[in-house]
Amino acid sequence: MALAFSPDADREFDRIVRRYPNRRAALIPTLVLADRQFGYLSREAMEYVAKRLELPSAWVLSTATFYTLLRKRPTGRFHLQVCVNVACYLKGADQLGDHLKKRLGIGFGEVTPDGLFSLEGVQCLAACGTAPVIQVNDAYHEDMTLDKVDALIESLRTAPADGGAAAGPGGAR
Amino acid sequence: MIAIPANPTRGHLLRCGPGESILDLARHQSMGGLVALRKALAMQPAALIDEVKKATIRGRGGAGFPAGTKWSFLPKDNPKPRYLVINADEGEPGTFKDRYFLEQDPFPLLEGIAISAYAIGAHTAFLYVRGEFVHGIKVLEDAVEQMRKAGVLGRSVLGSPFALEIVVHPGAGAYICGEESALLESIEGKPGRPRNRPPFPAVAGLWACPTIINNVETMACVRLVLQHGADAFLAMGLPKDGGPKIYGLSGHVKRPGLYEAPLGLTLRTLIYDFGGGTIGDKPIKGIIPGGSSTPVLGPDALDVAMDFERIKAAGSMLGTAAATIFTEGTCPVAVLLRISRFYAHESCGQCTPCRDGTGWLERIVESIEHGTARPGDCDVLLSAANQIMGNTICALGDAAALPVISFVNRFRDDFEAHITGRACPYGAA
Repeated sequence: MALAFSPDADREFDRIVRRYPNRRAALIPTLVLADRQFGYLSREAMEYVAKRLELPSAWVLSTATFYTLLRKRPTGRFHLQVCVNVACYLKGADQLGDHLKKRLGIGFGEVTPDGLFSLEGVQCLAACGTAPVIQVNDAYHEDMTLDKVDALIESLRTAPADGGAAAGPGGAR
Repeated sequence: MIAIPANPTRGHLLRCGPGESILDLARHQSMGGLVALRKALAMQPAALIDEVKKATIRGRGGAGFPAGTKWSFLPKDNPKPRYLVINADEGEPGTFKDRYFLEQDPFPLLEGIAISAYAIGAHTAFLYVRGEFVHGIKVLEDAVEQMRKAGVLGRSVLGSPFALEIVVHPGAGAYICGEESALLESIEGKPGRPRNRPPFPAVAGLWACPTIINNVETMACVRLVLQHGADAFLAMGLPKDGGPKIYGLSGHVKRPGLYEAPLGLTLRTLIYDFGGGTIGDKPIKGIIPGGSSTPVLGPDALDVAMDFERIKAAGSMLGTAAATIFTEGTCPVAVLLRISRFYAHESCGQCTPCRDGTGWLERIVESIEHGTARPGDCDVLLSAANQIMGNTICALGDAAALPVISFVNRFRDDFEAHITGRACPYGAA
């Protein structure tokens, strides 16, 4: 089945395009929208964005592959991003990461077999005063401890299918 | 003499303490909001630029270039539209000050943008926010909408003939887009690769139009200058470094967070008075004073004043005034490894010395940390870092090299001990 934006995403797309003097400037916001709508940016999704914006697909591919937030492969329903940079490292980020790897049975860059969780080590999330930090989908979880991580995983496991508060405003993407 | 505020989590820039927010335009107005913008609109743009110049607001994004001077670089006779671009791509490790404005207190930022746009004659301002700040983007879009509905933005700003739209533009995860020319490429929809200069953005920026790029906190400072006047703003800081400053504190301290004080605060006051001292009251081993690219200092620097000039004289840089502290017992090689890994990950790949060099730095630091480096590798490391310095289009290369050079020089014994002992003596690897 061919990919297409939902009516809501279509309205957002129109709102984005109107803000800029040319279509190429709408590319990154549109890729963010497509990433959310389709779960990740497959080659097909990138081609769809190129078609909607009437841009050469080479422009879309080169931009989409440059930016790390734009997912090029599927993630779990809850995408756990552990900051591994210096301020979080000093406050025990490595221990948090190791704990999550053990508990979920996956490494950074992997997805649990049930598709519920994916894990990733990410660079500075600009929340160093409340380190260590884990971002779950859109939501920041700050001042984390091993106990808080365990409680977080439990709450996500039992979260309703539409996301749940722990994934932040907007729910799972 | 610097007056130490009684409650440094509040002040002129930090109006909200942790967990508080001002997200309502009416509430902002009840606290003196829009007074500065009204004052600005009653002035001629040239007089407004003079007032900002007089206040000597040095840019709060890290480089410290005076905002008013930057504005005066705009060509007078270019018929193209002018743009104002605000850099909210906060991502220099250790730094978390702009997020305060995006999530807790957006109106002083947006008011500062409106004042600055009027001063430079821009009718569109792009606010570039890093993509991870999903919540901040929503807060800003809502605040912009409130201002538009109230006639503060749009075709007639507060009833004046001046028109302004503010566009909140999301980034998508690339530290390099905090570099101003890469940020412009990113708004244009391209990969964030820095541009060669000249031409500078003031002459040919966004879509080759005259463009001014300022930091979030700088915009909040512009508002303060209009609110209180340039003289009062100057009195809040130092004669050459005007105004108050937001200081960040992270790492091994009891009370990490954001604090506001005049420029020129000593590291000792920041760490011990505001931050409550170190965790476990351990002695300090290292202080990264202004974001991960600023050279590391030791406890001998505690009485250094945090302003652009004096911290430079002490061998480092004010950067974003976001200090990260680590105490005795911490392996400095392990700390540097996180920093070097970051810059290798974030290099855009455009210039060979940075693309290849940052990878070299990471691999050598990693081999030292894991006890597999060879004697002499500290010198190889320094040589690799020095070959990046000054040889790249943008400052990311220097940002990767400076911490390496300063860590090796300051903690040379620790580095050599890893090599001769063939393991991390701290057990951190």
